[in-house]
Amino acid sequence: MTRLVRTDHDRFVGLLVGPAEPELTCEECFEQLDRYVDLAAARADIDAAVPGMRAHLEGCPACREDHESLALFVAGAAAVSSPGLRS
Amino acid sequence: MMGSVVPQSSRSGARASVVRRMALVSKVLPEHPRRLDADSRAWLDSLRPGGGERDAAIARLHAVLLKAARFEVRRRYAAFPHLRGDDWGDLAVQAADDALIAVLGKLGEFRGESRFTTWAYKFALFEAAVRVRRRAWQGREVPLEPERWPLIADGETTPAEGAESRELAVALRAAIGGALSPHQRDVLTAVVVNGVPIDVLAERRGTTRGALYKMLHDARRKLRFALAAAGIDVARPSEGRTP
Repeated sequence: MTRLVRTDHDRFVGLLVGPAEPELTCEECFEQLDRYVDLAAARADIDAAVPGMRAHLEGCPACREDHESLALFVAGAAAVSSPGLRS
Repeated sequence: MMGSVVPQSSRSGARASVVRRMALVSKVLPEHPRRLDADSRAWLDSLRPGGGERDAAIARLHAVLLKAARFEVRRRYAAFPHLRGDDWGDLAVQAADDALIAVLGKLGEFRGESRFTTWAYKFALFEAAVRVRRRAWQGREVPLEPERWPLIADGETTPAEGAESRELAVALRAAIGGALSPHQRDVLTAVVVNGVPIDVLAERRGTTRGALYKMLHDARRKLRFALAAAGIDVARPSEGRTP
């Protein structure tokens, strides 16, 4: 087989052919997204905890953006108060 | 989910009216999930129907969701320079309103596998992101023919690499043209080649993100089979993986 690995258009080709490994659906991704983000923040083994999430985030641009946003916001919002701890 | 977390008809632009309306919802919630941090437990206790602090807790929850929605709307607006105007604040409020309805309606589904706030944020961020994507494509035609085909990197290739790249391009075009159904071809071209947000395409077609992604998934599998049949093994890129 001809093996093509070229970094300058790998990403585009990768998006065209998508993840080959099993992946979650968009609905399953949304269901697990908060758990995945908190586990990642706790440096847990997220691939073992949520199999198929990484592949889905590689393949689905919208879910990938949602994940990026949640991870960013959670990282910056650690000081958000709870009802019992409001400032 | 994935079309919209809440039905369009449930939307109210007025924060106060949403908060008031949700205070009247009296669902019987199951017992707390066993694993629950103190903050999450405090949120659930205060939002539980019948609690004396519920109205105030709903108002605080709306404020938290609005903060998340504003964050997302600002972030997404930056990605669409052609979006101007002062309506981004309204979009954030609408997103927070719908997120509040979704969160309170699904409170019994919270399993405590994340912090409550992380769980709640995702609804606000999702509602905000979908709104901005749709606003950015409002009035624009969704292109279903390839507008670009960035397979051959100019000036960076050795002759052998150039030949490989061209070979791949030919094989991909042949596979897209021959192996995919018209619907699969349209979705793949719009979403992957032309960068149309899948939510926008879903709205135009009256379907959901999940249904379109399933079609994209099937199209990609056909592509991989077709490329393999043509003797081409496309290695998955190792860079830029998330997270």
